[in-house]
Amino acid sequence: MLEIKNLHADINGREILKGLNLQVNAGEIHAIMGPNGAGKSTLASVLAGHPAFEVTEGEVRFLGKNLLELAPEARAAEGFFLSFQYPVEIPGVSMVNFLRTAMNEQRKYRGEEPVAASEFLRLMKEKKELVEMQSNLTNRAVNEGFSGGEKKRSEIFQMAMLEPRLAVLDETDSGLDIDALRIVANGVNKLAAPDRAIIVITHYQRLLEYIVPDFVHVLFDGRIVKSGGKELALKLEAEGYDWIKKEQAP
Amino acid sequence: MNNQDATSISSPLGSLGEAKYIDLYKQERETIRKNSSVLFTNYREESFERFRRLGFPTTKQDDYKYTDLTSALSVDYALNTDVENSGKSPYDVFKCTVQGIKSYLYFVLNDAFYPSDVKKETLPEGVVIGSLKEIAGTRPELIERYFAKQSAKKEDGMAALNGIFAQDGFFMYVPKNVSLDKPVQLINIMRHDSDFMANSHNLVILEEGAKAQLLVCDHTADDVRFFSNRVTEVFVAENAVYEHYKLENTHSKTTNVSTLLIDQKESSKVLNNIITLHNGLTRNNIEIALNGEHTETLLCGMAVGDKNQEVDNYTSILHNKPNCHSTELFKYILGDESKGGFTGRIYVAEDAQKTEAYQNSKNILLDKTARMRTKPQLEIYADDVRCSHGATIGQLDETAMFYLQSRGISESEARLLLMYAFTADVIENIRIDALKDRIKLMTEHRLRNNSASSDSCVICR
Repeated sequence: MLEIKNLHADINGREILKGLNLQVNAGEIHAIMGPNGAGKSTLASVLAGHPAFEVTEGEVRFLGKNLLELAPEARAAEGFFLSFQYPVEIPGVSMVNFLRTAMNEQRKYRGEEPVAASEFLRLMKEKKELVEMQSNLTNRAVNEGFSGGEKKRSEIFQMAMLEPRLAVLDETDSGLDIDALRIVANGVNKLAAPDRAIIVITHYQRLLEYIVPDFVHVLFDGRIVKSGGKELALKLEAEGYDWIKKEQAP
Repeated sequence: MNNQDATSISSPLGSLGEAKYIDLYKQERETIRKNSSVLFTNYREESFERFRRLGFPTTKQDDYKYTDLTSALSVDYALNTDVENSGKSPYDVFKCTVQGIKSYLYFVLNDAFYPSDVKKETLPEGVVIGSLKEIAGTRPELIERYFAKQSAKKEDGMAALNGIFAQDGFFMYVPKNVSLDKPVQLINIMRHDSDFMANSHNLVILEEGAKAQLLVCDHTADDVRFFSNRVTEVFVAENAVYEHYKLENTHSKTTNVSTLLIDQKESSKVLNNIITLHNGLTRNNIEIALNGEHTETLLCGMAVGDKNQEVDNYTSILHNKPNCHSTELFKYILGDESKGGFTGRIYVAEDAQKTEAYQNSKNILLDKTARMRTKPQLEIYADDVRCSHGATIGQLDETAMFYLQSRGISESEARLLLMYAFTADVIENIRIDALKDRIKLMTEHRLRNNSASSDSCVICR
């Protein structure tokens, strides 16, 4: 589904990703862990098409297409979804209007008819229940005045509405208390499907108790330096990243 | 004679074609006097003297720095000196139904009140709405106490010119403790076969405890150059509640100068919402004098500009008494070569303690060629006050743009959503639901067809 080969990316002329390789197949859940500054969020941003980052080398294929050639909105319509570490507040744009526009723009891209109003409302209701999102949040402006937990829940709610093929969750656990974490993780688990892949980017093992990955990767200094099963996350939790750093030292 | 010589040497007075208007008045003085109410004669003569002294405003004056009328005034407009109706009907170009808005509908065609379809007996008892000129004849006692009481104090060349030539306009009187059950709608519509200038004077009076909503729409119908120069005086007595909406949707050959003067007495509440959706060159002078304690005033506005459009809102809130509250919010979205100007003058008199005055001017420039000049001007002579002002000029928020795009929303649609969202808090301050819905639609329509010309009125399509 997703194939990343030798990916290099810069921001303001500083190289952050330095030859990253990763393959993700449908139905799989991958976790990417690593110390601060390793390039985890950069990877998420580059995949989503953030204009601040420049890809200098390498290739990313997503469902057979060259992802890097697509505008951010086209990536979304092709089935890519990023759950933001810091979701943006957009005063004046209602959640309902935002989601309906997003859904219909994606449909337009794919040559499909716009969603009927009644169908849209039914979906909203269904997906809100899935992430245990309070009803009144969707009556408000996008993320405006949401608490940290509500923002993250809103991201997963959007994911549920847009039904992507590949979802990247960037530090979805940061700023969540244990109850919120469980609810968000439950939502993600319910969305896991054989034709869908999920990449969880996280600092801590904690989230992986709830979203159990098939593969764990360690991102260090712009490259994936170690991959393994879920036990790798436990080792990182227990021992930290020092042993990785030592291994990487020349 | 002396005057003429002096000005031609020491100041640019006369350079904007004042002589034409001065001569016209000298020539037509008797005709104008004959055709209009005696109540207006003194004011007309004072205005004439004032205009001779002031001339047209130029960008050298601080107050008019952002409004350059040079090219608009170089046009040889026709003017009426006898404002009988020209025979053209506003109704044939204008079937106005702001959908769902049930209003008392009136027209000022160019410079004269147009006979209305509204039956007098449908108005609440005691309410008088009609032609200023006619009512000055039939009910002079309603007008005498108020007419020109504010405008005669304005040291402003445009207001002075208006004083010379205006003979008619819209008049509304709401007696003590009477509430109008429906909004009143006034359509100023310009219709003429050749380049034309209209001056009109509106007078709105709310007695103690009265309530009214007035929606003023400025429109143009024919493809010629128009100059409209209107003065509106509003008197809001103790405990009265008044809402004034001004919606401009004129074509790009229009110059629209509007002077809105509001006098607020104790515990009165006023809301103004000044919306410029499409225009040529617009100058709004808005002055709200808080002349009683515990008054509240909310002044909002927005402007959407593209091509060579120019919008300048010059606002002045005078806190003359203690314990008053004012809030001001203006938002502009400017693209292409359009220009915006905003001045927010807040004056707090020496004994106007416990004044609260808040002002915000927020602006988005869509293109590098668009220009915005915004100026807060606080003059505070009291010491126990709360005042704040803020002004921003920026582009659309890029992090929000990316967020929307990352959800599949195209760049153009994302821009539209953000522009529309930017205006939302101004539109929220429309307290007539049907009008609010309509303005939402019109704003979206306007933003979507940013470069499309809007030669007819979108409000009534």
